[in-house]
Amino acid sequence: MNAVTAPVITTTYREALRMALREALQRDPRVFLMGEDVGRYGGTYAVSKGLLEEFGEERIRDTPLSESAFVGAGIGAALNGMLPIVEVMTCNFSLLALDQILNNAATLRHMSGGQFNIPLVIRMATGAGRQLAAQHSHSFEGWYAHIPGIRVVTPATLEDARGMLWTALMDPDPVIMFENALLYNLEGELATDAGAVDIDRAAVRRPGSDLTLVTYGGSLPKTLQAAERLAAQNISAEVIDLRTLRPLDMTTVLGSLAKTHRMVIIDEGWKSGSLAAEIMARVMEQAFYELDAPIERVCSAEVPIPYARHLEQAAIPQVETILAAALRTVKQHV
Amino acid sequence: MYEFHMPSLGADMEAGTLVEWLIKPGDEVQRGQVVAVVETQKGAVDVEIWEAGTVDKLVVVTGRKVPVGELLALLRTVGEPAAAAPETPKTPGTPHVATAPAITAAALPRAEAAAVSAVSARLRVSPSARKLAEELGVDIASVQAAEPGAVISRADVERAAQAKTLTPVAAKPAAPDWHAQMRMAIAAAMSRSKREIPHYYLATNIDVTAVSSWLETENLKRSVTERLLPVVPFMKAVALALREVPELNGFWIDGALRSSASVHLGMAIAMRGGGLVAPAIHDADRKSLDQLMADLRDLITRVRSGRLRSSEMSDPTVTFTSLGEQGVEGVFGVIYPPQVAIVGLGKITERPWVEGGAVVVRKVATATLAADHRASDGHRGGLFLAALDRLLQEPERLR
Repeated sequence: MNAVTAPVITTTYREALRMALREALQRDPRVFLMGEDVGRYGGTYAVSKGLLEEFGEERIRDTPLSESAFVGAGIGAALNGMLPIVEVMTCNFSLLALDQILNNAATLRHMSGGQFNIPLVIRMATGAGRQLAAQHSHSFEGWYAHIPGIRVVTPATLEDARGMLWTALMDPDPVIMFENALLYNLEGELATDAGAVDIDRAAVRRPGSDLTLVTYGGSLPKTLQAAERLAAQNISAEVIDLRTLRPLDMTTVLGSLAKTHRMVIIDEGWKSGSLAAEIMARVMEQAFYELDAPIERVCSAEVPIPYARHLEQAAIPQVETILAAALRTVKQHV
Repeated sequence: MYEFHMPSLGADMEAGTLVEWLIKPGDEVQRGQVVAVVETQKGAVDVEIWEAGTVDKLVVVTGRKVPVGELLALLRTVGEPAAAAPETPKTPGTPHVATAPAITAAALPRAEAAAVSAVSARLRVSPSARKLAEELGVDIASVQAAEPGAVISRADVERAAQAKTLTPVAAKPAAPDWHAQMRMAIAAAMSRSKREIPHYYLATNIDVTAVSSWLETENLKRSVTERLLPVVPFMKAVALALREVPELNGFWIDGALRSSASVHLGMAIAMRGGGLVAPAIHDADRKSLDQLMADLRDLITRVRSGRLRSSEMSDPTVTFTSLGEQGVEGVFGVIYPPQVAIVGLGKITERPWVEGGAVVVRKVATATLAADHRASDGHRGGLFLAALDRLLQEPERLR
């Protein structure tokens, strides 16, 4: 937080991302953006709109439809001293580049005995809710958070959309940035002097004392709404935005639990083997005796995300389901 | 292989401390033999074994506090060959306490004591509440959940801690004294009784002139040591009357009455320095008055010396209490669960009695019955008292 109050503008998550890209491209000549339709089309989600005109084809590069090839090219460029930003259209497609990400980006520093690091940023859209069906709607950030050697960040606010990219580029190792596609149109206020933010710590988005709601990314706005409705019932929910899924900031999570003793985890991934499961496991390991009630999880139904709108909405976390889980956690055991 | 477990020596017993083994591996034991001494809240009890065989292994060392139902020893039954020592079996559901060197009951840490009390039904306590209770020195077993069946939470512990500070009590002594323990055991059993058992009470005045005269005559024939106490013919009459109304003799377990074919009469005996036990005189309905007298004398001696047998503690099917010696006219008892009745007898007094239209002086005693209304109804209880009256009118047939 800045001590000096700068003027604020009303803008969107998408605009904030573009500001971050523009700043990075302006600040360092080694930075370039590469991906499918990022240039002439302006990005599938219009994030890079206008950047081709502003920075030219050398730095805003359209690629063939081959995730493995262009992510691999990004790794090569990073190895050779560049600071590439690679955009993958959705995380479903990133699976085509998983070999590059896991077997190369995440391992080369280790396998070279520290001689070669990969200062690469891979941006990808994640999440459901736009009726794009099962091949464009999944949430794999939890999978990536499984992998040592990379950092996984999930900007969920305008400040983080604006500020995480530069910090990620400065990280000597690969960083994957998951942008929940439902957030692109998120509108809000942003300080004109907003800039780089840390990518190490979780953030308390709303303080509370009765229970802790742990979430990240696209579920954050829903969780904040649920907290608001809980407040109307005199239940004070603390909302934690994890921000970085690897490494997890358990200090903030456990600090909150020590205060509230109750927890609900909201994670758009599938429940089985999920990030939510990992957080639960760590709470068991590190803070079992703080628990006053079993931890609940609100995750996606264990189905491929459906196309039909009502089914799709029913499959992913919603304000109502978060609210119900929170009430169970608080009431059943009071 | 016969498994010898810590017996339940009464409904209120949760654990006992193994004080002494009277057997060792290789010993032959007989059915009914006293094999160990166990310290309970009601004092030291001689524990019998109900299987004959050869002692294979003593699983529990002396000095350990052991929950009811835990394996104490293994016995090779008759004809069973000596086998290689099997894995030490554990009773399911009982917390395993390491077979460590002897530790005294007083030295048991709190947590272990809590585990012991949680044997029958583990308390549902949140981990945080458990920890908080420990920090605040609140006995988690005493904490009530906000709603029946709910998990005990931090808020419940905080409430209990507050209540505790509002009612200041002396710090718990390091070694709880024996009388206090017995008081607690009685408190637990009697509270449970009044909480769970819908008692009904009946009383009747019985003309005991016949039995008193008969006893007087009978005792004149005997040497001082062979004389019968006045209570003895009453014991026999109670036992015989119970045979006629089996709903009063047995146990209420898991929502059903289990009548007992035998009448094991629990005799309420006051202890020196306070407290009370009601050990059984086995098969009281089938014993002669002389045998009953001998048994009663033996029982009283051992109650005073604190050496009862496990079967005497666990077997009573009904309780008989006589406060007549204290000059009490009637006693309305509290049933000792899971029994279903307690019979009381007041003092014998001379009272005006109407007989054949004339007032005469008769020896009269008030007999009472407190019975479990789940197991029997007042009509049946009335039949019991009527049978008792009838039996007492023909004392010569009581022998």
